[in-house]
Amino acid sequence: MKHTLVAWMRDKPGVLNRVSGLLRRRNFNIDSLQVGHSEQLGISRMTFVVDGDEHMVDQVIKQMRKVIDVTRIDNISDRLSVVRELALVRVRTTPETRSEIIQIVEIYRGEVVDVALDSMVVQIIGSEDRVDSLISLMENFGVLEMVRTGRVAMLRGSSERRKRGSSVWSARSNGIEAATATDLFSRSGV
Amino acid sequence: MQKAIQNGRHDTTEPARTGERKQMKGSQMIWEALYREGVDLIFGCPGGAILPTYDALSEYEAEGKIHHVLVRHEQCAAHMADGYARATGRVGVCIATSGPGATNLVTGLATAQMDSIPMVAITGQVPTNLLGTDAFQEADVVGVTQPVVKHNYLVTDVNELPQIMKEAFYIAREGRPGVVLVDVCKDVQNATGWFDYGIPVELPGFEPWPEIDSTAVRRAAELINRAERPLVLAGHGVQLAGVSRELLEMVERAEIPVVTTLLGTGNIPESHPLSLGMGGMHGEAFANRAIQSCDVLIALGMRFDDRITGRLDRFAKQAKIIHFELDRAEVGKNIVPDVAVIGDLAQTLPGLLPQVVARRHQVWLQELDEWRTETTETDILNYEVDELIPPFVIRQLWHGSKNAKNGPAILVTDVGQHQMWESQYYTHDHAGQLLTSGGLGTMGFALPAAIGAQMGQPGRLVWAVAGDGGFQMTLQELAVLKQERDLPVKIAIINNGFLGMVRQWQQIFYERRYTGTPMLSPDYVKLADAYDIPALMVRKPEDVAAAIEQAQNTPGPFLIDFRVKEEVNVYPMVPPGAAVDDFIRRPKPSVVQGYSGVEPSW
Ligand SMILES: Cc1ncc(C[n+]2csc(CCOP(=O)(O)OP(=O)(O)O)c2C)c(N)n1
Repeated sequence: MKHTLVAWMRDKPGVLNRVSGLLRRRNFNIDSLQVGHSEQLGISRMTFVVDGDEHMVDQVIKQMRKVIDVTRIDNISDRLSVVRELALVRVRTTPETRSEIIQIVEIYRGEVVDVALDSMVVQIIGSEDRVDSLISLMENFGVLEMVRTGRVAMLRGSSERRKRGSSVWSARSNGIEAATATDLFSRSGV
Repeated sequence: MQKAIQNGRHDTTEPARTGERKQMKGSQMIWEALYREGVDLIFGCPGGAILPTYDALSEYEAEGKIHHVLVRHEQCAAHMADGYARATGRVGVCIATSGPGATNLVTGLATAQMDSIPMVAITGQVPTNLLGTDAFQEADVVGVTQPVVKHNYLVTDVNELPQIMKEAFYIAREGRPGVVLVDVCKDVQNATGWFDYGIPVELPGFEPWPEIDSTAVRRAAELINRAERPLVLAGHGVQLAGVSRELLEMVERAEIPVVTTLLGTGNIPESHPLSLGMGGMHGEAFANRAIQSCDVLIALGMRFDDRITGRLDRFAKQAKIIHFELDRAEVGKNIVPDVAVIGDLAQTLPGLLPQVVARRHQVWLQELDEWRTETTETDILNYEVDELIPPFVIRQLWHGSKNAKNGPAILVTDVGQHQMWESQYYTHDHAGQLLTSGGLGTMGFALPAAIGAQMGQPGRLVWAVAGDGGFQMTLQELAVLKQERDLPVKIAIINNGFLGMVRQWQQIFYERRYTGTPMLSPDYVKLADAYDIPALMVRKPEDVAAAIEQAQNTPGPFLIDFRVKEEVNVYPMVPPGAAVDDFIRRPKPSVVQGYSGVEPSW
């Protein structure tokens, strides 16, 4: 199962390396990882997608909390959130296919951002599903080149407000909560 | 370890040595910071990239503030700082030059980090303008050490140096202890900047002491009070938090037997009737059976390492598990507990104590005692042996050192069979009596760590116990014993002519194909003589006690080469991947102890 995690970290040299090194060393499966500035000066925001069971996600969160430069981490998988991805696709065109491609792109509310005689570059921003589905349609015409950013995510207004002011960390870890978390993954451990 | 760590607990600095804002060179800042952190001993080896810092040391050495111990290999600088930290509970410090000096440190850093030892390592780095150019003796030390430290820094601006030094000590010491490395560019050492150590440490992402959930403590107490067959599994965390006394109080009140991990050795006196000694791969059968038949397992400051759990899905299946642990990432990592109490044992255990009711568990204890008696019958020391075997040597070592002056003897073991025999046959009655590399299992640890321990505890008796294999990995540090004015470390080499533990596995799992394990040794007595260290070779059981006595009565260092029987195995043994109660018992002597067709005489 895929989980979307958001982490905030001090913008120090090597911090990305610390985080990616940790994920590699602990043998976590990372689907995508995206970093950029946050609203706060000196704090970067990372969205990453972990593919694994509850146990793995629990460990990812707890291990990430131990990285000194990581100031906050949230698992937003089962909370209301806006999740977006951007893709640029260079697709092969012929005079016959060009208008059909443009039509499809419009249906997907994508944009044609560059046109050449035998190809064009299509941009799409949307949920992963939508991006997937447009790309698979484009494959019928011939995809020459493609780049995807991976997920970025943000909680929707209502749930974000509820969260603020409470604990910064979201890991289920202490006391009774841990016992409930335990039921989610069996006693057999790793 | 207890005292000093407790002093540092929850404080931002050790007793502050105040001083105002001053201008100075980066090289001096390093020593000034160390001095203010209360460091008076540092282990290291100089080189080009750290030379400015070594030059600034002279003043501090002359004033008697900081003493530098010159090592013969940087790995041992880290092991010495590690041994020092284990023996004193203070932060150990080591220093090395860039490139090879720093990479040599790595094994020692990983060893300390795996065992949660507070340490700060300082390394020189090429000047900032050469960073990334493959300059002479450049290595990406921050990159290389990242996976094996708690945190590390590359210092490229002299004005950041005081802050970084302060953070380094804070991070190394607070919470679950660990290793912090500070890599300082050479030009930073030469540059002048403002030194101010009054600055506060602000690390928003560092959460050393999690808040304690009193509901969890209450639930733990309820489970404990209801248990009919309770068992404590106590790890290194008990010593790091200094709560041996509270532990003893609890288990005596509620009559709960105690199994320890290797690093938890001595958490309660091993001669205490409630002590079952070490559990796990080479734990006694009764200890492992206790784990597999208790109804409530109270795990204290331990991390369910595979050497203690054996096969995970068959570990203590019948029991409710309570996990007291400071590092939340250890909770649910290998074993998912029924109740998790996260936080400092120095708070959670005293919080638990008043809620634990006085109880008797006669039936349970009687059962354990029957198992214990049965084990005694197969005990290696009850066989008739006329050859020199390692368990006998260890037992004699215990007899000879148990009444040591100035506090309990400190035993520093290496890695291998002798390490397991030591933990089985030496009766550790004090927490912190055994120092050993448990997590990384680093051969070559014993001698340098013993040197560090002795320097931290000058009055105590320190024994380094090593195999012939591990001893040869770091024996060059014998020179340090002499250079440090005849440091009185006593060395016992359990010389069996093999890489013994590996040979044992080859014997049991690889049909005795002894590839790469037979091992030639130098004449250790002559070797010691070359270093001007008195030494003895012992071949017969009847000479052991006298040799140990002579070693202990001789001022300064002493080495004994115990030429023990070659193919003796450590039993019981839980084969890797098996459940902890699925062990190989001690076989009848004639079956396994013989070798190469020669009938053994015992
Ligand atoms: C640095 C290092 N290299 C290799 C090993 C693997 N290893 C574990 S025990 C052992 C044999 C140790 O032999 P020795 O030091 O003679 O001690 P003995 O087992 O005979 O008591 C080896 C090679 C290790 N633990 N550490």
